[in-house]
Amino acid sequence: MAKPLIGTPAVAPWTPDQPIISIVDVRKAFGAFEVLKGVSLDVRKGEAICIIGPSGSGKSTLIRCINALVDVNSGSILVENQEVNDPRLDKLKLRRKVGMVFQQYNLFPHKTALQNVMMAPINVLKQDKKEVEERARALLAKVRLTGKENSYPGELSGGQQQRVAIARSLAMRPDIMLFDEVTAALDPETVKEVLVTIRELAEEGMTCLLVTHEMKFARDVADHIYFTDKGVIVEHAPPEEFFANPKDERTRTFLGQIL
Amino acid sequence: MSENSEAPFRPMAVLLEPRPRPIGLPDVGLPKLTMTHCYWLAVAALLVAGVAHAQAPAAPAQEALSAAPATPLSVIIKWLPFLLKGFVFNIVISLMAMALGTVSGVLLGLGQISQNALIRRTSWFVTQFFRNSPWLVLLFFAMFMIPFEFHVFGLRIPLPDWFKAIIGFALPVMANVAELLRGAIRSLPSGQWEAAESLAFSRTKTIWGIILPQCVKRMLPPWMNLYSLITMATVLASIVGVGEMLTLTAQVHAAEGGRPELFAPLYGFAMVCFFLYCYPISKLTQRLERRFNVKT
Ligand SMILES: Nc1ncnc2c1ncn2[C@@H]1O[C@H](COP(=O)(O)OP(=O)(O)O)[C@@H](O)[C@H]1O
Ligand SMILES: [Mg+2]
Repeated sequence: MAKPLIGTPAVAPWTPDQPIISIVDVRKAFGAFEVLKGVSLDVRKGEAICIIGPSGSGKSTLIRCINALVDVNSGSILVENQEVNDPRLDKLKLRRKVGMVFQQYNLFPHKTALQNVMMAPINVLKQDKKEVEERARALLAKVRLTGKENSYPGELSGGQQQRVAIARSLAMRPDIMLFDEVTAALDPETVKEVLVTIRELAEEGMTCLLVTHEMKFARDVADHIYFTDKGVIVEHAPPEEFFANPKDERTRTFLGQIL
Repeated sequence: MSENSEAPFRPMAVLLEPRPRPIGLPDVGLPKLTMTHCYWLAVAALLVAGVAHAQAPAAPAQEALSAAPATPLSVIIKWLPFLLKGFVFNIVISLMAMALGTVSGVLLGLGQISQNALIRRTSWFVTQFFRNSPWLVLLFFAMFMIPFEFHVFGLRIPLPDWFKAIIGFALPVMANVAELLRGAIRSLPSGQWEAAESLAFSRTKTIWGIILPQCVKRMLPPWMNLYSLITMATVLASIVGVGEMLTLTAQVHAAEGGRPELFAPLYGFAMVCFFLYCYPISKLTQRLERRFNVKT
């Protein structure tokens, strides 16, 4: 909306030397309440970016903007050079490129683990069922759920459900994965199995944008850490620097509370 | 049922005469009906009544000879096929009304979550209108507003009363199903929509592939409950002259001279028929409710 687009929405093809996600001065208000007050952020291909910050600071809203689950009021969000804040945007096309995993897993309870993983590629991408099933089984094996293919979500633990959710998202072969506090609802002992899965993904070169409260995980896995508070990005830095000497008072307070 | 429908013809009854069972058997079953296991005893009573009828060839002859008034039981037995035919008609009306009402109700319920404001508001209004009208009024509405025939491409299609009655009953079913569906959709966590959206499901695919299948389970018990209610309400059709069980019961009563002592047995019989049909449904509904509650 803010960005005048001339002619067709055709965009310059994205090249890997450009940021895969480029967010510039994004603002978002729910009613009179401004949740994002001009946020900017870049992600390069293959990077793992962690967003941390107190609850209510707009982290979920920020990453939901990226796959257009939330429409922003102003600013620019480029995903592979495609403007997301554009009424002509083909949201479905964007979402094929951007996978998302939620805090509450949100598996489809009436489908088995395998069916959960297979559903979108078959229904949305119209891919061959046999080929999708092979891929789905491989993905479930990758997240260490071999043998649970025919279990329903209700029969799985939280950690297992979350790994099915990750496999389900990966089945769409996205370029980018968004994780919104995916371990926040888990029992402490199952947090690790999910983090291991995500770490492997990041190490394989998947572009990951993670909202997390797992500081140790962020320190180990992130290429860059953003700290948000009350709708603004207070500071951002590589993990060593971020944890060693946080510059802003708010960051120090937050880290002091959480560590 | 086919055995019973043969029953009133005397030749058939004569053929079965040799079997020496007492006619009073159902009377043994009836007092217990109200006590325990009323359902199965009632089934037994009905079966025995059928058998007893087949074995009672002497009764009409006696009646003709002595002109003594028939007992309530023998009157029911005599008219059993006729009355049951009426009851089957009630069931047919209820099933068709339910089918029609469910299909239109689902569409109306989906209309209420349409992204088009006009469709949404219209659907909401239609739902509220038909949901908050007395069923009898809707039945009248259908009987008198729908023409008795209409023409399509030069074809004259007659609309018999029973068909209009089906529409009359389908209207409240539609509105209630729409409301059930809206409630079921609302009761699903919003995460289901978001997960589907983030997997690039279109809205239509989300609704048909993810939302509706989950609503079916939630809606099944109240939907069956609604079916019981509409089945029992089909007797309202007697008021507008559809030949269903209550209409036929009144006719039988009149044919038997309108004797006051026949009133309770005849209408009691209608009650038993509905009970035998609806009670298992309500039992099953309860069982489903319990099972779904345990599971989720
Ligand atoms: N759909 C919404 N409507 C109204 N307010 C919302 C909505 N989503 C989030 N908010 C509000 O925006 C603020 C930031 O929310 P969120 O992005 O979820 O924060 P975080 O994920 O950092 O905890 C919260 O105060 C929340 O109440
Ligand atoms: Mg959040």
